[in-house]
Amino acid sequence: MFRLVKYLKPYIKQVTLGPAFKLLEAILELLIPLLMAKLIDNGVKANNSSYIYMMGGLMLLTAVIGAGSAFICQYYASIASQGFGTTMRNLLFKKIQSFSFNEIDKIGTPSLINRITSDVNQLQFAVAMLIRLVIRVPFLCIGGVVMAMIINVKLSLVLLIVMPLFAAFLYIVMSRSIPMYKSVQKKLDTLSTVIRENLSGARVVRAFARLDKERERFIKSNKEYADNSVRVGRISALLNPATTVIINLGVAAILWFGGYQVYEGSMSQGEIIAYINYVNMILSALIVLANLVITFTKAAASAARVNELLDLEPSISDPTEEQLKSIDQLTDLSGESNSTEKAEEPVIEFKNVSFSYDGSAENVLQDISFRIYKGQVTGIIGSTGAGKTTLISLIARFYDTTGGAVCINGTDVKKLKQNELRNKIGMVPQKSVLFSGTMEENLKWGKHDAAPDDMVKAAKVAQAYEFIEKKPEGFSTQIVQGGRNLSGGQKQRLAIARALIKKPEILILDDSSSALDYATDASLRRELKENLTDTTVIIVTQRVAAIRNAELIVVMDEGEIVGMGRNEELLESCAVYREIVNSQDESGVAPDEK
Amino acid sequence: MKSNVVKRLLKYIGKHRRFVLGALLCAVFSNILMIAGPFIIGKGVDNIVGKGRVDFKQILNIVVIIIILYLVSAVFQWSLQVLTSKLANRTVEGLRNDVFTHVTQMPLEYYDRNAHGDIMARLTSDMEYISEGIFQSVTQFVTGIISIVGSLVFMFILNPFITLVVIVMTPITFFIASFITKRSSSLFKEQSRLNGELNGFVEEMVGNQKVVKAFNYEDRAREKFEEINGRLYKAGRWAQFYSSLVNPSTRLVNNITYVLLGLTGGIAAIAGRLSVGYISSFLTYSTYFSQPINNITSVTTQLQTAAASAQRVFAVLDSEPEKPEAQGLVEFTSSEGKVSFDRVDFSYNPETRLIKDFSLNVKPGTRIAIVGPTGAGKTTLVNLLMRFYEVDSGNIYIDDINSREMTKDSLRKSFGMVLQETWLFSGTIRENIAYGKPDATDEEIIAAAKSSNAHSFIKRLPAGYNTMVAEGGGNLSQGQRQLLTIARVMLIIPPMLILDEATSSVDTRTEIKIQNAFNKLMEGRTSFIIAHRLSTIREADLILVLNNGQIVEQGNHEQLLEKGGFYSKLYYSQYENED
Repeated sequence: MFRLVKYLKPYIKQVTLGPAFKLLEAILELLIPLLMAKLIDNGVKANNSSYIYMMGGLMLLTAVIGAGSAFICQYYASIASQGFGTTMRNLLFKKIQSFSFNEIDKIGTPSLINRITSDVNQLQFAVAMLIRLVIRVPFLCIGGVVMAMIINVKLSLVLLIVMPLFAAFLYIVMSRSIPMYKSVQKKLDTLSTVIRENLSGARVVRAFARLDKERERFIKSNKEYADNSVRVGRISALLNPATTVIINLGVAAILWFGGYQVYEGSMSQGEIIAYINYVNMILSALIVLANLVITFTKAAASAARVNELLDLEPSISDPTEEQLKSIDQLTDLSGESNSTEKAEEPVIEFKNVSFSYDGSAENVLQDISFRIYKGQVTGIIGSTGAGKTTLISLIARFYDTTGGAVCINGTDVKKLKQNELRNKIGMVPQKSVLFSGTMEENLKWGKHDAAPDDMVKAAKVAQAYEFIEKKPEGFSTQIVQGGRNLSGGQKQRLAIARALIKKPEILILDDSSSALDYATDASLRRELKENLTDTTVIIVTQRVAAIRNAELIVVMDEGEIVGMGRNEELLESCAVYREIVNSQDESGVAPDEK
Repeated sequence: MKSNVVKRLLKYIGKHRRFVLGALLCAVFSNILMIAGPFIIGKGVDNIVGKGRVDFKQILNIVVIIIILYLVSAVFQWSLQVLTSKLANRTVEGLRNDVFTHVTQMPLEYYDRNAHGDIMARLTSDMEYISEGIFQSVTQFVTGIISIVGSLVFMFILNPFITLVVIVMTPITFFIASFITKRSSSLFKEQSRLNGELNGFVEEMVGNQKVVKAFNYEDRAREKFEEINGRLYKAGRWAQFYSSLVNPSTRLVNNITYVLLGLTGGIAAIAGRLSVGYISSFLTYSTYFSQPINNITSVTTQLQTAAASAQRVFAVLDSEPEKPEAQGLVEFTSSEGKVSFDRVDFSYNPETRLIKDFSLNVKPGTRIAIVGPTGAGKTTLVNLLMRFYEVDSGNIYIDDINSREMTKDSLRKSFGMVLQETWLFSGTIRENIAYGKPDATDEEIIAAAKSSNAHSFIKRLPAGYNTMVAEGGGNLSQGQRQLLTIARVMLIIPPMLILDEATSSVDTRTEIKIQNAFNKLMEGRTSFIIAHRLSTIREADLILVLNNGQIVEQGNHEQLLEKGGFYSKLYYSQYENED
């Protein structure tokens, strides 16, 4: 937790002055009972009413200055805590942006989101509490004890016995309730999972007539959560009553032993009253302290989660200057040996690439080598789980290869800046993701200063123009989060337009016309063919028809390339390809009838 | 509206009357005892007058009384908190069950229309706020009022005149608190709105990191994030500042009250109308009096939040559920597989009629393929058949029984359904396959997995059939997930089958193998198949070509090709050569 303190540095003024003013308030607050004791002893007992008024006035002044200091402290606290929270959020967001998929997969999106929101909120709250209470509460405690000691040292022995008693009790309650609190959170996670699954699986649950079972499952999980909450409530409810008892045991002791002191004449009645007041003050401070400890325990847990993110180094980062040089030397060497082929350099080249996901022993890709030249249309085809999507993820360097290299225009992608690399590539992912905003804003993801003409052109090629135009608001139509107000096919076409508007050197379509009917798909392919003569296109698909005319077809099976070439060549040489073709085209009549 | 919410909430609280009664009793007892404390301590102080004038016998009595009193009070206080925590948790548990049950009774349209995150929030965080609100209102509000009234009574007994000082000062506290609360509430609303905006943004950007990276959108995303974050900072800072003024302000008033008490008490004592010990008690009462006021003012925000949350929760309960099923409906067990649509009309929204005057008779054992362009209403037909949505007019008969006259469960059980969306729940692979038949044996499960071609990949997973499916199934590929949902249907061996793009994520070679398994399974059974891939549907007995919610063509593959209409156009586009 303390490592995060450095982010409070810009707020050094607020963080020091805030508690200082709070301290001032606390001091003034401590003065009031003391003044009251004077008022009683010197005023009431001496029948001196003007002294009473004077003391009264003094106390009022003290109270007003105290409140003023409190206001100032709150002002500083709000700046520092909210500022700290804002800094942390910016920092975490930036960090998360730098992560590659390895890190994101490892931690999981929901957890990342929780950390940037609720965990930072916990920390923010803790900072506010820190400024407000961290000096004030111990000060009130210690101050109360000191003031009590000034009044009478012997009597303070009572406090010195009572305080450790309280501390021990606090420790027992905390050590038992914190693990229980964690289990409550876990039960809440389970409950949320049941809810989420029932929302997303509404159709399936109904189709299998499992509503009653799901309700049972929910009620059980709900009950477990409530049971756990009640259980932790039972323990934490001990805190306040027990603190009251412990302190009032002290008060009883003070009455008894104080009585002796007064009897002997070493203490006055007013002092006893002041003493009891201080003890009550300590009591309320201790109750706040107990709550403060809970706040900081939670904050410590959040800080650990935040720190974990900050410590995580992105596994993919831009090359440093030194690395650039060393890689230069390497490629220079290899360049010399291949200089004869320099005439026509492939746009994309895979050199003996193998890949396995983090923590997995099995290779998802094995010894992949191929070359794609400028303007070529390449199809990648293969069965489910053959590694097609993984393969294209390596081109944009979403993951780093575990062996071999991926080169773009002859340069290893590891040597390129990620920004430059991805600027060259237009990617249409398998799942068409759109963002909340207008259609125009979504298209401008590809090119933030795209002209209206560019948009219309891209939309036309992507077969999206027709339905956009039909919308009453055209390109200004709002897309709700996740694009729920569009059909799957419409989303796909917008995603394609978004990639086209970029005018990329390399266009990658990852099974991105699966939601289109054949007629639309065919027009799309025709338009792509006509409009993107210079663009290198990679089409990942399961439809043979989509790539039949590709200049290069790569056939994949279980992470390996089992065939490469044109349609006719593969029909002859590649069994797997033949099988795929046959599975889609058993009769073989269609092309002939054309 | 607000009072209505409170009333409805009270109904739920009322179900746990014994907790309420117990809590109230404990509150009364513990507070009376707590309030009596200073009175007795004051008496004790009065027995310590000065040198040589201390009545130890009395003090001993008082010390014993104090110890007993606080111990007993502590027991009550603890019981109060435990009972209240039970009350809050059990009330919310009941409410949550009701809301969840209600949600499960909603028509599917509700799920399609509402953001799932929002429904989630209503079932989780809103419930937390309500629970916290109940807890605070009982422990702080109710006990606060008891101790305010109690200490007033005690003060009144001690000295009615000085009590007036306290009574005059109290409304000032409440005035200040409500003034600040009102001022800050709009800021709080702004803050929570911005918080929502920020959360939504992060969710979109982090959840779709792949696209963000692919389009080099990181910097622009960060700029936008920082902009929202900056607005949040401004709103949050002022909201926090204003709301944090409440406590010092009321404390100031309390301190002033305290001083005034000392003053008036002192004067009264000089006049001989009050003992010094009583001044001490009085001062303590003034803190007993102001503490709950402080507490109440500090929980008002929480209570407001709770009320707002309750409103959101009850809004769910107010949405119209599907009509409960009438008694005496037929428990349908399909034997034949005869299905007919009779002049069915349907629309999702009144303006655009999707299905118009749709009629169809399916003989038992027919294999029906439904094809047509996106948005033609293919999935809608399935939705109507399964009664996910109800027809606007017309009827659907199964085995000559109107499907509206049978229970939904029995109707749906007679269909095995594989959807395009591959929904898995967090559990083992085994549990996911056995979803429709929880008592299936291992042999049955493995057989189902084998016929759906899932066995080979399951076998390779680290824990085989006991591998946990991560939430959302992130550890399986889209195709693998689809194979599991197919295995799920293979296991139940339903009388009829619906395949809605069931193999869209599976490669064609695997698809053929699955298709063969389906064919075996479907021998003599009625089945409906929706697919984009025409190869999948070529073997159907009957192909329905849908366009704009109507059948534009029907027949088998050869007949339709010969006809040279819509279907043949669709069919040839698949093999169209670009050159």
